[in-house]
Amino acid sequence: MSSLDQQHLDHLDQLEAQSIYILREARVRLKRLGLLWSLGKDSNVLIWLCRKAFLGELPFPVAHLDTGLEFPESYEFRDRYTKEWGLNLIKDECPPIEMTDPTLPPGTRVAARKSLGLAAALEKYQFDGLITGIRRDEQATRAKERIFSPRGLDGSWQAANQPPEFWDQFTIERAPGTHMRVHPLLAWTELDVWRYIQREEIPLVPLYFAKDGKRFRSLGEIGITFPVDSNASTIEEIIEELENTRTPERAGRSMDHEAEDAFERLRTTGYL
Amino acid sequence: MAPAATLAAPRAEAPVLAPRKAQAPYPIVIVGHVDHGKSTLIGRLLHDTDSLPEGRLAELQKVSSQRGLELEWSFLLDALQIERDQGITLDTTRIWFKTAKRPYVIIDAPGHREFLRNMVTGASGADAAVLVTDAERGVSEQTRRHAYLLSLLGVTKVIVAVNKMDLMGHAEAAWQAVKDEVSAYLAKLGMQPLYVIPLSARHGDNITARSQQMGWYQGPTLLEALDLLTPPAGRADATFRMPIQDVYRRGDRRMAVGRIETGRIRLGDKVEIAPTGQPATVASIDTGRGDGEQFARAGQSAAISFIEDAALARGQIIAPAGHMPHLALALRVRAFWLDSEPLLVGSRLTLRLTTAEHAVVVEKFERIVDVENLNDADTQELGQGGIAEIVLRSAAPIAFDPHTDLPITGRAGLARGTRIVGGAVVLGAAENAASVKGPVTAVDSSVDRDAFEARNGHRGGVLWLSGLSGAGKSTLAMGAQRRLFDDGWRVLVLDGDNLRKGLNKDLGFSPAERLENVRRVAEVAKLMAENGSVVLVSLISPTAELRELARSIVGDGFHEVWVKADVNTCAKRDPKGLYAAARDGKIAQFTGVSAPFEAPASPDLVLDTGEFDVATTTELLIAHIRRNLALDQADGHAVGI
Ligand SMILES: Nc1nc2c(ncn2[C@@H]2O[C@H](COP(=O)(O)OP(=O)(O)OP(=O)(O)O)[C@@H](O)[C@H]2O)c(=O)[nH]1
Ligand SMILES: [Mg+2]
Repeated sequence: MSSLDQQHLDHLDQLEAQSIYILREARVRLKRLGLLWSLGKDSNVLIWLCRKAFLGELPFPVAHLDTGLEFPESYEFRDRYTKEWGLNLIKDECPPIEMTDPTLPPGTRVAARKSLGLAAALEKYQFDGLITGIRRDEQATRAKERIFSPRGLDGSWQAANQPPEFWDQFTIERAPGTHMRVHPLLAWTELDVWRYIQREEIPLVPLYFAKDGKRFRSLGEIGITFPVDSNASTIEEIIEELENTRTPERAGRSMDHEAEDAFERLRTTGYL
Repeated sequence: MAPAATLAAPRAEAPVLAPRKAQAPYPIVIVGHVDHGKSTLIGRLLHDTDSLPEGRLAELQKVSSQRGLELEWSFLLDALQIERDQGITLDTTRIWFKTAKRPYVIIDAPGHREFLRNMVTGASGADAAVLVTDAERGVSEQTRRHAYLLSLLGVTKVIVAVNKMDLMGHAEAAWQAVKDEVSAYLAKLGMQPLYVIPLSARHGDNITARSQQMGWYQGPTLLEALDLLTPPAGRADATFRMPIQDVYRRGDRRMAVGRIETGRIRLGDKVEIAPTGQPATVASIDTGRGDGEQFARAGQSAAISFIEDAALARGQIIAPAGHMPHLALALRVRAFWLDSEPLLVGSRLTLRLTTAEHAVVVEKFERIVDVENLNDADTQELGQGGIAEIVLRSAAPIAFDPHTDLPITGRAGLARGTRIVGGAVVLGAAENAASVKGPVTAVDSSVDRDAFEARNGHRGGVLWLSGLSGAGKSTLAMGAQRRLFDDGWRVLVLDGDNLRKGLNKDLGFSPAERLENVRRVAEVAKLMAENGSVVLVSLISPTAELRELARSIVGDGFHEVWVKADVNTCAKRDPKGLYAAARDGKIAQFTGVSAPFEAPASPDLVLDTGEFDVATTTELLIAHIRRNLALDQADGHAVGI
């Protein structure tokens, strides 16, 4: 074996190091940070990276925006790893569907409850910065995001007027009354996430693994997230499957497909 | 303690079936003038390499026809409604695909001048570029500007795509004309296109399949050209640099965290910390791989602790002993400007060089570049999208590397307030600028310290009073000064607020400037103490780093005094109305309110002004000074009363 001197940093090492850099930058520049934990694979990776970045601790609260519509396996997972990882968990209930914009398509309205829950959490906990696990390869409007993404007074995303971001110089200071979204996983792909989960042995909600020919590729609420046909019941099989699939990751998410601009409308008004 | 040990999967137990290693995608940016077909090219490339996810083509077809268009390939990238409605790209985006050879991430950039900031955002992440040029319209304004920016961003591997050849009857002459013009321009920037490919993005000619219409072209298709690109060179063999991002504490150990930008480091390495040049020895390295790490290299985020009690702060650069970055008060930079409000001589900016922030002023424009022809432009201001060579001056020394030596520590963002408005590569220290490092020979004083002290009847020394604003530092210093003076002592007060009106009036409150403030005060206090005076310094000095820096400069005779009062007590006193202003958000970075105060861990003296009245704490301070600095009577000198 060659010594570490000779070894090249591999792709996952590079992604990990860059995400840690972003997390530490967020911590030193933003006072009140929170992390949004969807209980899904990406935000689990995020928590894992935070614990590396902050030398074993998670020095800010983790918020699960609860719609009451998660799968039972997800709640079980949440309660177990809140303890195991020593998380400071916020689990406030999202406002009911009646409070969402009635002009949105039905599936999108369910997701919009999360936006309202998010707005309420921002108000209540006065976060300066919210760390989320979105990735560019998930969805075409997310692909346009910045790593540090300023939000307007109403939490809105100014898609057409984003600040420059280069050489790891981020616009981090924010206007009073607004918050920053921080996106440490923006450069990761779905496959990167799975390979990292495999390498680091990161625990997951079991719904990701195939049972009776079906598995969840993207995990969301009951009623608006659907399993895909798959026999991949191990991480190795999932990676194998993803290396060969042509189905997009969020095919099982109804809100992405109800109208051309449905997802963009959700996002500009504060959704992840 | 190595908490990460529990996180990292044990390497030794890697699965028997070793997983296929993920290869880093090669990042390619597509640039060029508005409407020359960048997004179309990417859409077509993705389609022709069979990389589009299922259903995507149908979706594009649908949204195109909803707008009365034939299939618009650019809609794959231009996902925002406003982009589709206006038919232009506003912001940069990324999309992944792979060839048999390797994976790629393709970065789309907008060509419209107004969105240059987004082009820079995209291109800064690339290792190579495709410069798209419309065969009909030829080299245009943003073709040149983008080419110039590529050279500043260090993206020097450039493939030129001469697009829309279908509009020119696929004629070789049209391609040749663009080829000559682009090559001549790039040559003036010291670049050379790797390939100049005639193609038609809309129709898929020479993208992945060789064009039937352009048999005269012998070179590679776009896809072949991408696969021919050489991978970027590694950065581990360059000189070691780790800019400090933050300082973490674990127990009594302090760790500098940051990313290693270049080079390697191992346990026991001797380093120097720029700009102060403090020496230190690496005691531990933690990159999250578990216990017993010996070594780290470029690209890794690391936490490093040292054997010595080094003063660590964000913005410093850790370098190998003897290989510090350069230090200068004025830099020559080549800058690009993104703000709508032009840059003028005398404009104030923040230079953000890795994690350091320096307040700088534009001293002069050495030249403003006319991007059309690369001659000097006849103007006194740098407008949006402009490029210029500028001298920037700072009050505190800037640690940097010339960008041709080490690109990462040789470039910086330029900010107005908190907004990033430009970028710059560092050409070097400005000539005639006072160099910080120079051959200096110290001159010895004609009167030695003992002689001063014998005459004064007391030793020289520095009482460093730290504490929150309003804790009583100045009151105590002034009170003690008066009493000791009346007893015949030589005693001086260096007050932080007063010094900021004169000696330090050029400094603000960023971490780097606080460090420079403390450095100067400590140097002055040291000179005075060497000349036999007792120096009372009253300075907030909120962090252990700052106080340790002062202690290391002053050396013997340094007394750390903590003037202690909690923030509520101080805010209630608020003699200068500062707490009220800070709470209203009128003062940023106010210690105790919006910036931390680290209580001294082991001060030489604590004066608790929350607990005791001024008379008592003044007595305690005077008693401490007498006990430590008075020469006793046996030496034949009066001690004072
Ligand atoms: N005839 C012809 N038209 C093309 C070709 N490539 C692109 N176009 C058209 O040129 C127009 C502009 O294409 P885009 O891909 O949006 O241009 P762009 O360079 O991405 O523009 P910005 O991103 O706004 O700077 C569209 O209408 C395309 O259909 C080509 O090879 N031939
Ligand atoms: Mg475009």
